[in-house]
Amino acid sequence: MNRLSWFNTVSLTLGFAFLYIPMLILVIYSFNASKLVTVWAGFSTRWYGELLHNEAFLDAAWVTLKVAVFSSSIATVLGTMAAYVLVRGSRFPGRTLFSGMIYAPLVMPEVITGLSLLLLFIGIGLDRGVLTIVLAHTTFSMCYVSVVVSSRLISFDKSLEEAALDLGCSPAQAFRLVTLPIIAPAVISGWLLAFTLSLDDLVIASFTAGPSATTLPIKIFSSIRLGVSPEINALSTVMIAIVAVGVIAASLVSKRSLVRQKKDEQAAERAQ
Amino acid sequence: MRRFLLIAVPYTWLLALFLAPFVIVFKISLSDIALAIPPYTPTLDLGAGWEGIKTFFSGLDFENFVWLTQDDLYWKAYLSSLKIAVISTAFTLMIGYPIAYGLARSPEEWRPTLMMLIILPFWTSFLIRVYSWMGILSQEGFLNQFLLWTGLINEPLIILNTSIAVYIGIVYTYLPFMILPIYATLDRLDESLIEAAEDLGCSRLSAFWLITVPLSKNGIAAGSFLVFIPALGEFVIPSLLGGSRTLMIGKVLWEEFFSNRDWPVAGAVAIVLLLILVIPIVLFQRNQQKQAEAEQ
Repeated sequence: MNRLSWFNTVSLTLGFAFLYIPMLILVIYSFNASKLVTVWAGFSTRWYGELLHNEAFLDAAWVTLKVAVFSSSIATVLGTMAAYVLVRGSRFPGRTLFSGMIYAPLVMPEVITGLSLLLLFIGIGLDRGVLTIVLAHTTFSMCYVSVVVSSRLISFDKSLEEAALDLGCSPAQAFRLVTLPIIAPAVISGWLLAFTLSLDDLVIASFTAGPSATTLPIKIFSSIRLGVSPEINALSTVMIAIVAVGVIAASLVSKRSLVRQKKDEQAAERAQ
Repeated sequence: MRRFLLIAVPYTWLLALFLAPFVIVFKISLSDIALAIPPYTPTLDLGAGWEGIKTFFSGLDFENFVWLTQDDLYWKAYLSSLKIAVISTAFTLMIGYPIAYGLARSPEEWRPTLMMLIILPFWTSFLIRVYSWMGILSQEGFLNQFLLWTGLINEPLIILNTSIAVYIGIVYTYLPFMILPIYATLDRLDESLIEAAEDLGCSRLSAFWLITVPLSKNGIAAGSFLVFIPALGEFVIPSLLGGSRTLMIGKVLWEEFFSNRDWPVAGAVAIVLLLILVIPIVLFQRNQQKQAEAEQ
């Protein structure tokens, strides 16, 4: 099974065309000189220049980054704790409710999560701003982190931890010296996932943001509601480029570590 | 003590910021709209002691839920959301399955790259992916320009601001969610079963229907739920691509809250949407459990 049949080639080609052509058009037309977005009028980087001078977008981008860094970091800590409790911990009262609350936000419509959090913040009299967005984002992204980390915890050998405990490690030491290095890749991808979800979120942020804090998706949404604009095309291109570089870099790194792992295994086999 | 903290911190966080908000939504859905801040009545006045609690509870009723059944807008929006979610899930499956199949049959050394290309759009901003279709589907957009140029049509089609645009948007943004679980089941499928069927006289097509499809049904179910559940409550896609005539419940809730400022009705809309979602969510959980058991 080394060659693709014509059917598979066609379906893969069409599939990737469908996934990538819309974004490709966006990228190409971000370099369009004309203000009319569907008429090509020559190459220009004019919209990128205007983007750099658009204070409102830059401010919103800064707020978004701040929110994403804080919420994904807190979410990673809380999510890892939750995963550890669920996978390794013994039974405790309310465990079912706990695991239910971890999985529920994954399937909850964003409008409901947003609405309910907003009503809570109003109920306790918390002013809406950066803090409330961070709280909201942390709450739903910690659940994603926890799912990613627990799949890693389930798959690794529990006896490694037990050996460390037998050899005199305290539970905290065993976690720091044995468990954490092993689950580190999952913790990192959990953080990245939480970070991306936070950068990306429009609906929950719209409910929980106040007039003092506008995130980039809120800004983009309010401007594209009126139609397509070349400036937004330029902004989208920048965001697509960042993600593409990030994902390609991450896949290269993981490929290298896979190759190294294979080499180590082969070396170990030869040594035997 | 450490163990207690380990459990208590994430637990308290979720109780305070996930469960408590739902109780509040439920409470507000039983309240009445009022010209006040916050814009609903009654509010709990603990200062008044027992009397305060009693007046608070006597002020709650199911009026808003009755209202949802009386006004056409709401049940039409629920039905139209269901219809849009079902149809777009079906389309996503029809488009996603061949792609997942092609992936599972592709040469081993290509697969990491192909998988990365499937996942890459998932990391890209959702909003931007929806936005990219606005320029394609509009009347003077690229699709119409292309079709006019080929001579297939004589005047531009109206696609943007119709439910067709919403279908396209949902299929486009949720496609990776359909492809990945199906790919996972197809990847594990034992090739020799199909060879055996073909040796025994099955045509390729009937071997596909009789063996490949049934063996990948867990992936199909998982993918379908992963598309259907978020599609039902979708807000961004209908509001950017669907125009004012496409009714979806996520949009109704948003407008009820932000435009009409009728918080109690928005709360009731949310509670009913949750009740509708309980069924597919429970089915999804069961499917995942079955799959996990099958793997062990």
